[in-house]
Amino acid sequence: MDLRGKKVIALGERDGIQGEAIGKVAKSAGAEVVLEVTHCFV
Amino acid sequence: MKRTAEKAGTEDLIVLLGTPNADSTELYAITMTEGDPAWAGALAGVALGLPVYHVTENEVKSQVDPDIYDEEIGIAEMVLEIDEIRESAKSVRDRVAAATT
Amino acid sequence: MSSGRVKVSGARNFLAHTPGLVRYGSKPTREIQSSDTAEAEILAGLRGYGQAAAYLPNVAYLGGFPPDNMWDVERPWYNKNGEYSRRHPYGEIMPEDEFYGVMRAGDDFDLLWLEESFNDEVRQKLLDHPYWSEGDLERLDKGTPLSQIEEQLAPELGNLPMYLQSGRLIGVINRAHDLDASLFSDVLLENLATKAAAVMATKTLLGDLGVEADSIPYIINCGEEAVGDRYQRGGGNLAKAVGEVCGCTAATGVDIKAFCCGPNHAIAVGASLVYSGLFERVLVVGGCSLAKLGMKYQGHLNNDMPIIEDVLAGAAILLEKQDGEGAIVRLDSVGTHPIGAGGAQAKILEELVSKPLKKLGLTFSDIDKYATEMHNPEVTEPSGSGNVPQLNYNLIAALAVRSGQLERSEMQAFTRKHGMPGFSPTQGHIASAIPFLPHALEGISGGELTRVMFLAKGSLFLGRMTQMSDGLSFIIEGDG
Repeated sequence: MDLRGKKVIALGERDGIQGEAIGKVAKSAGAEVVLEVTHCFV
Repeated sequence: MKRTAEKAGTEDLIVLLGTPNADSTELYAITMTEGDPAWAGALAGVALGLPVYHVTENEVKSQVDPDIYDEEIGIAEMVLEIDEIRESAKSVRDRVAAATT
Repeated sequence: MSSGRVKVSGARNFLAHTPGLVRYGSKPTREIQSSDTAEAEILAGLRGYGQAAAYLPNVAYLGGFPPDNMWDVERPWYNKNGEYSRRHPYGEIMPEDEFYGVMRAGDDFDLLWLEESFNDEVRQKLLDHPYWSEGDLERLDKGTPLSQIEEQLAPELGNLPMYLQSGRLIGVINRAHDLDASLFSDVLLENLATKAAAVMATKTLLGDLGVEADSIPYIINCGEEAVGDRYQRGGGNLAKAVGEVCGCTAATGVDIKAFCCGPNHAIAVGASLVYSGLFERVLVVGGCSLAKLGMKYQGHLNNDMPIIEDVLAGAAILLEKQDGEGAIVRLDSVGTHPIGAGGAQAKILEELVSKPLKKLGLTFSDIDKYATEMHNPEVTEPSGSGNVPQLNYNLIAALAVRSGQLERSEMQAFTRKHGMPGFSPTQGHIASAIPFLPHALEGISGGELTRVMFLAKGSLFLGRMTQMSDGLSFIIEGDG
C-alpha cells in the first residue's frame, strides 16, 4: 500500500489521534489530504 | 464523508484512522468498507468500499518521516493498545478481501 | 510575591434523576422517530430513583464516596443496588417530579404547563425543600387542567408532552413561536432544564455556605446550551436569568462559551475578575445537557444494562478574594492551548501540563491528583468509546516519561496514584475536570491533598467553524 499520490480521508478522535495530526503524517508520506475530521463521542 | 468520496473519486482514496481503541477501530473500519446500517452516525448506510488503515500500522508508519511521526503520534503510541488496534484494522481488511475474491 | 491567588470558597454538584426526559435526549429522539421499537425499548430500559441514587458514580459525584476508593470497587457498578440517600455532602439527587417543579418556578413565559394536581403535589414538595420558600414558587400557584394540556398536544401545534417514568402525563412544553426554530419546544425544554439545574446548584452552594444571594455581583454561566431566537441564536446570558431565580439582586451575568472547556475558562476569567478587584466575588455556574440523556443507550441495552444516562447535572463554584485560609486557584498556573500548537496530542499536553509545571518549578508528581475528563467509563465503554479519564491519565504519564521524570514501567502506578476512575455523568461541560472540585477543596482543607491540577478540553471542531480543539488548565492548592 503506497500513500504517495493517494488521497486521504483522515478520521481522528479528540483524545486519541486528532485529524490534524493524521493529516500531517499523511502529507509527509506524499499523500493529498482531502478531508480531516476529528470525532468526539462524549 | 460520502460527499468527499464522491467528489474526490474513490480510485485513489484511502482512509486513515486515529481511533484510540480496538472497538472503535473496528466500528469505523467496517463502516468505511462494508457500511453499517445499525450505526446511525454520519456514515450510516454508506458502503464506500474504501481501504482503511489505522495511522499506527506499519504499512503507514514506514512511509512517514520518523520525526514527524514521533511529534504527531509518538505519545499516543505509548498509551494506546497498539497491537489490538492494528489487529482490528487488519482483520476488517482481510474480511473484505476474502468476501470479494 | 503576587501569584494571582484567588480563594475558591466552595463548590457544589447537583443531579436530577429524570427518566421521563430520556426520550428527549438527542439520540433517543432520533431513534424514536426512525424506529418502531425504539420507544418501547427505551422505556423498558429506564431505572428507578432508588437505583440511580444508589449508583456508585452518582454517589461519588455528590460527595458520598471518595472517587479514589472506586479503584477498589469491582465493576460492574450498575447492578450494585442497595441503600441510597438523596443528600450527600456536595449535593443532592433530586427526583424528576420536583425537577419539573423547579423548571416551572423559573418559567417566565408560561412555556411549561403542569397538570393541576401534579402542580400542587410538587409545589408542596418544594416547600419542604430547605432552599425553596413560598416567595420563590409563585409560578406554581396554580396548575392547568389536564383537558387543556391534552388540547395542547394536537400534533400540528408542535408541543411536547411531559411524562414521569411511570408514563403519567404531567404537563406540556409549548413552543414560543410557530416558525422560529430557536423557540421550538425542544430547544425551550433544553434551555429550561439547563436553567433549572444551574439554579439548583446555585441555591445549594449559597445555602450550604450561608452566603447571601444579594452579595453576589457577577455570575458566569459556562454551559453549552444556546439561548436566543432566530436573529441571535446564541444570544445567551442565561447567567443573569439563573441569578434572578436565586435572588441575586445585585448581580449581572455573562455566558462563557467554549464547548466542554467552558467551566475552566469561566473559572480562569472569574478568578481574574476577583483578583483585579473589579468584583469581590464571582459565582460560576453550569447547567445540564439534556441532549446527552440516553446518548449511548443502545450500547447499554445491548449489554443488558439499564439506561444509565438518566441524570441531569449542574455545578456551582464561588470565587472570592484570598484571605489566607482554605484553597486557592493560582492564576499564574493557567495553561492554555494556543492556536499555533496544532492538533498533536504531545504538543497540547505540553502546553497544558508541562509548561505550567515548569514555570512553577513543579514536577509531575508534585500534583497529587489530576482532574481531567472524568466521564464514567461504565457509560462510555459499552458503545466503544473507551475509558476517557484513563486514556487522559495515560497520556499525562506518557508525557512525564517523555519529560524524563518517570520510567515507562512506572506509568501504571502513576495513573493509579495521581488519577481516579471516572465518575461523572456524561453531561458535556459538567464532566470536564470540575466534577472533582468539591472533593479537591475538602481534601485540601483536610490536609490529604496539597495540589490538584484541573485540565479540560473542548471539541471546537464539532461546530464546523474550525478543526481545532481547545484546552485550559489551572492548579488549586492550599492557601498560606
